[in-house]
Amino acid sequence: MVIREIKALLDAQVLSGEQMLDHEVEEAFASDMMSDVLAFANPHCVLLTGLCNPQVIRTAEMLDVSCIVFVRGKPLDSEILNLARAREMCVLHTEKGMYTTCGILYSSGL
Amino acid sequence: MSECLTFEYQVPGDDFTRAGEASSSVKNKLKMMGVDSGAIRRVAIAMYEGEINMVIHAGGGAIKVMVTDDNIRIILADTGPGIPDVEKAMQLGYSTAPEEVRSLGFGAGMGLPNMKKYSDNMQIDTEVGVGTTVTMDIHL
Repeated sequence: MVIREIKALLDAQVLSGEQMLDHEVEEAFASDMMSDVLAFANPHCVLLTGLCNPQVIRTAEMLDVSCIVFVRGKPLDSEILNLARAREMCVLHTEKGMYTTCGILYSSGL
Repeated sequence: MSECLTFEYQVPGDDFTRAGEASSSVKNKLKMMGVDSGAIRRVAIAMYEGEINMVIHAGGGAIKVMVTDDNIRIILADTGPGIPDVEKAMQLGYSTAPEEVRSLGFGAGMGLPNMKKYSDNMQIDTEVGVGTTVTMDIHL
């Protein structure tokens, strides 16, 4: 699935990394615990999280994650977005909750 | 004997938002050196977990990364409280991190086990009240 499709399915806003929208992703990992992301997520996945702090971007960076979806519509501060932009990561922002987000993406084949 | 490149960092202990800067820097350097991307990822994750641990538990510390042709060694040294029971600390899910750290997405008790998982060798030298040094090797 390309990131553009994820954006459309989740009715999400692109806050960073517009140039990554045609990038292909194969799987997603959903968690608010970055420790678990580091332990269990596969590299290059899409990271779905409701946690909003700079360590989300750093965690994603270590795993070569190209797209992060922030769920539940929480506001993101400029520090988070600046870190993401510097790393050319795609940041999507959706009002949908984690359960709904996972359900939509899973049933759409991701 | 192969040439050894060394990178050194001081990790501040009072600023959680900056934790990970050293790991990020090493990742970029290794990338520029053309190191295999899988090895870079293992180094980055193992070092980042160690860096987070330093900030959470030890008030910061020093990190040294030594790169040779066939190995990357990461040495994380702190003068924090030390680990009273290393065996317990190595158990999946065991954590002594305060609630505040959990709300930041860490402290799930995966740090040390993860560091072991992503490195080829890991050694922990620790003394209560003196500090902890973790040495990890990732073979290239």
